[in-house]
Amino acid sequence: MSAFNAIGEEREIDRDEFTPGVEPQPTWCPGCGDFGVLKSLKQALPEVGKTPEEVLTVTGIGCSGKLNSYLDTYGFHTIHGRSLPVARAAKLANTDLEVIAAGGDGDGYGIGGNHFIHTARENHDMTYIVFNNEIFGLTKGQTSPTSPKGHKSKTQPSGSAKTPLRPLSLSLTAGASYVARTAAVNPNQAKEIIAEAIEHDGFAHVDFLTQCPTWNKDARQYVPYIDIQESDDYDHDVTDRREAAEMMHETEDVLNEGTVLTGRYYVDEDRPSYQAEKSAVGELPDQPLAERYFDDDAEWERSYDLLERHT
Amino acid sequence: MSDELIWRIAGGSGDGIDSTSQNFAKALMRSGLDVFTHRHYPSRIRGGHTYVEIRAADHEVQSRGDGYNFLLSLGDSFARNPQEDAYYGNEEVKPLSENLDDLREGGIIVYDEGLISEEDVEAIDLHERAEENDWHVFPMDLRSLAREHGREVMRNTAGVGVTAALLEMDLEHIEDLMSDAMGGDVLEANLEILHEAYETINEEYEFEHELRAPTGSHETEQALLSGSNAIAYGAIDAGCRFIAGYPMTPWTDVFTILAQNFPDMGGVSEQVEDEIAAAALALGASHAGAKAMSGSSGGGFALMSEPLGLAEMTETPLVLVESMRAGPSTGMPTKPEQGDLEFVLYTSQGDSSRVVFAPGNIEEAYEQTRLAFEIAWDYQIPSIIIYDQKLSGENKNVDVEFFDREPEPDLGATLTEDELAEAAHDASGKFKRFNYADAENNVAPRSLPGQKGGRYLATGNEHSPVGHISEDPDNRVAQMTRRIEKLDSIREDLDEEHESNQTYFGDETAEYGIITWGSSQGAVREAVERLNENGHSVKGIGVSDMMPFPETEVTEFLQSVDEAMVVEMNATAQFRGLIQKELGRFGEKMTSLLKYNGNPFEPAEIVEGYEVNLADEDREPTAQVRIEPAAGD
Ligand SMILES: Cc1ncc(C[n+]2csc(CCOP(=O)(O)OP(=O)(O)O)c2C)c(N)n1
Ligand code: SF4
Repeated sequence: MSAFNAIGEEREIDRDEFTPGVEPQPTWCPGCGDFGVLKSLKQALPEVGKTPEEVLTVTGIGCSGKLNSYLDTYGFHTIHGRSLPVARAAKLANTDLEVIAAGGDGDGYGIGGNHFIHTARENHDMTYIVFNNEIFGLTKGQTSPTSPKGHKSKTQPSGSAKTPLRPLSLSLTAGASYVARTAAVNPNQAKEIIAEAIEHDGFAHVDFLTQCPTWNKDARQYVPYIDIQESDDYDHDVTDRREAAEMMHETEDVLNEGTVLTGRYYVDEDRPSYQAEKSAVGELPDQPLAERYFDDDAEWERSYDLLERHT
Repeated sequence: MSDELIWRIAGGSGDGIDSTSQNFAKALMRSGLDVFTHRHYPSRIRGGHTYVEIRAADHEVQSRGDGYNFLLSLGDSFARNPQEDAYYGNEEVKPLSENLDDLREGGIIVYDEGLISEEDVEAIDLHERAEENDWHVFPMDLRSLAREHGREVMRNTAGVGVTAALLEMDLEHIEDLMSDAMGGDVLEANLEILHEAYETINEEYEFEHELRAPTGSHETEQALLSGSNAIAYGAIDAGCRFIAGYPMTPWTDVFTILAQNFPDMGGVSEQVEDEIAAAALALGASHAGAKAMSGSSGGGFALMSEPLGLAEMTETPLVLVESMRAGPSTGMPTKPEQGDLEFVLYTSQGDSSRVVFAPGNIEEAYEQTRLAFEIAWDYQIPSIIIYDQKLSGENKNVDVEFFDREPEPDLGATLTEDELAEAAHDASGKFKRFNYADAENNVAPRSLPGQKGGRYLATGNEHSPVGHISEDPDNRVAQMTRRIEKLDSIREDLDEEHESNQTYFGDETAEYGIITWGSSQGAVREAVERLNENGHSVKGIGVSDMMPFPETEVTEFLQSVDEAMVVEMNATAQFRGLIQKELGRFGEKMTSLLKYNGNPFEPAEIVEGYEVNLADEDREPTAQVRIEPAAGD
């Protein structure tokens, strides 16, 4: 067999290629913000020149996790909170793949919190989109790590006593080299940010504000947003860690007060990706592992050659 | 000359006991003997009393022996630190006193006078006991000797020199190994110490003991390997080039060996945030086209149940190893037990299926690791290798030729792009991977991300042939049945294409049988040999296939005997339960011999268990084992 990673001849790709021609139709509720993520991905992928077969989307569990059921790429719909470890290993095994992980705020910031921190810290070359609707959707509206303080749900009937998590600050602190927030209410910005995140060489975290009209009618996700790159009031240097951190704090404060700021917060083009670092210390082979199994000329060392030290 | 030497070196953890014993075992192997090592250590990094036993004989050895006949007691150097008194106690004498119970009559004791005081020796009545048991005691100031020529830690070398002199061994192999391991001043100092100790003993002491090192010869070159080595090497030869893990004793050994070798062989190893991640990474790498594995011990394996189920549902090949230690919870981190069998068989929600192999010795560990990869990739099902702290850490000599075979980096049921072009697709061009109507052997061959014509969705939800989430009842039945029936296909494959994984031993026509699994096999084999030499008629089977279960083989074995004793290291007779569950009968034919005190079986315990249990001798077995009567008794 020819090297299967050498896909993608030069040609025009259009967004329809990423849409399944037949069933299933999305089961999301009418007006759900998840449609916005799907749409922006379908627009961004052809823009960055990817064919459906070069892309692996790895999702968690939740309404958000169904993303790749409605997107025609290679897909792995995994288990709750575990999309990141699956995704980063797929990238290590086949560095030619474009790996995009996605899931909800409960999935990524709750149960998968540990994986989120460590994937950001290691700066794996991949994109991670979190559908942040500040609620658990699929399990019918329980409080999530990003639900505002005082938020009432069936599991926290008196109002949540917990301060919401700050996902942007968290991923910056952990080590992500690209951090942005966008919103389903603005498809143009969303498409641009997602395309940028995919092209970024390192861990690109996009906190994607999505509305859940079914369980979270009051959410700020409906509020018109302000693009910090376009607003004169928020002139900060996205390559400066400290300025980015301050901007994030402000964003996360005002979000609780009802103002939605979005845009690119932090972009570090200099930090090498984990794959590059691992390769530099000699622990990531040049030829993608996956390709080697199909390569008739590949050399396979055998344990017999290691026995000398035991004789 | 004696037919076996069982040499025990005792001291504090961190005193270099491990490396010293490893080298001495190799020297004995190089001199032509068969060797087997058993390691006993506490869950502590420095201090705490530890020993390693090396059994060396002119015949094959499968197990530790019953007791031992040579003690080299170094004294616990960490016990001497006055600042640490409160924690470690001040117990230099323990490596001597704690080991005396198992020393055989006529045995030899060498202890380090430099560390163990005369008062302490008096306090434990050593001389009286020596007289009673005909022990030969050789006190020697190993510590000063080591200090004089080098550093105090080199007293191990002095101990080895003394051993060699007392057993009338040649120093040649020991010197060779030392020069392989070190150089310069360190080597010089060690060699001086070795010779000085050797000569001092020869000159200053009378030898009245009979014990001498046995002599033997090997026809082929031998390698001294641990079970962890064998598993790691089996994985390498199966084409595994991706490992992810999180440290946990005793699984860490396998992880470390692969992590150290992979950079040179183009493999990838990842130490990650937890065991859920570890197994999920192995799964992700496998999905993307690498032969991948992960593993842990009980507590970590508990965390892996999620990715394990996902591998089953998405039919992604995966190999996990589970190295048992005594549980529940963190249990006894450095002590073996065979208590996770049921856990490994049934971990996961739903009607789950996986392949489980339980190798019984070093060769089987290598063989079955290769097989675990082959089956996992051919049938797209998780394979688990379950073994324990004993097999993981014990070392045995193996014929080097045994490993002389080709690697098999074969990805099994994976389609090429040409094959994908011919395969079934839906209207949007998605590959109908789970198109069960097309599948042979119940396997739905897969594509790899990146391949042309192979797009599909892998999902942990029930899914249609292209991978769409589906709750359609007919589809559910078809997919579920196919996944479960893969086990039948695997059973057929194992029966027809592979030599039996079960190991038979003893007298084929015997009326009594002993059944065991995993690492208890060695001691059982030796016990059966001994029983037959003593006029009993016994046969044994070491079962390695836990799932799918070797129904025919175990049925035939049980049918051929009047009674059988199931030997395993746990308190609840898990393997006997499995046999009854799988075969649905024989409950009245089987009794159990159980041990779960943290130490593996000695052959004598099994001999005794047999005599009480099957030969109906009227006495109680030792307190260390428990007999569980047959159902209905
Ligand atoms: C689920 C699980 N995984 C692994 C282990 C093994 N384990 C015991 S202690 C330990 C490391 C503890 O490290 P740290 O918290 O830094 O403490 P330290 O020993 O350095 O003081 C590990 C991995 C375990 N007991 N349980
Ligand atoms: S429950 Fe909320 S998140 Fe889920 S599909 Fe409906 S609107 Fe979207």
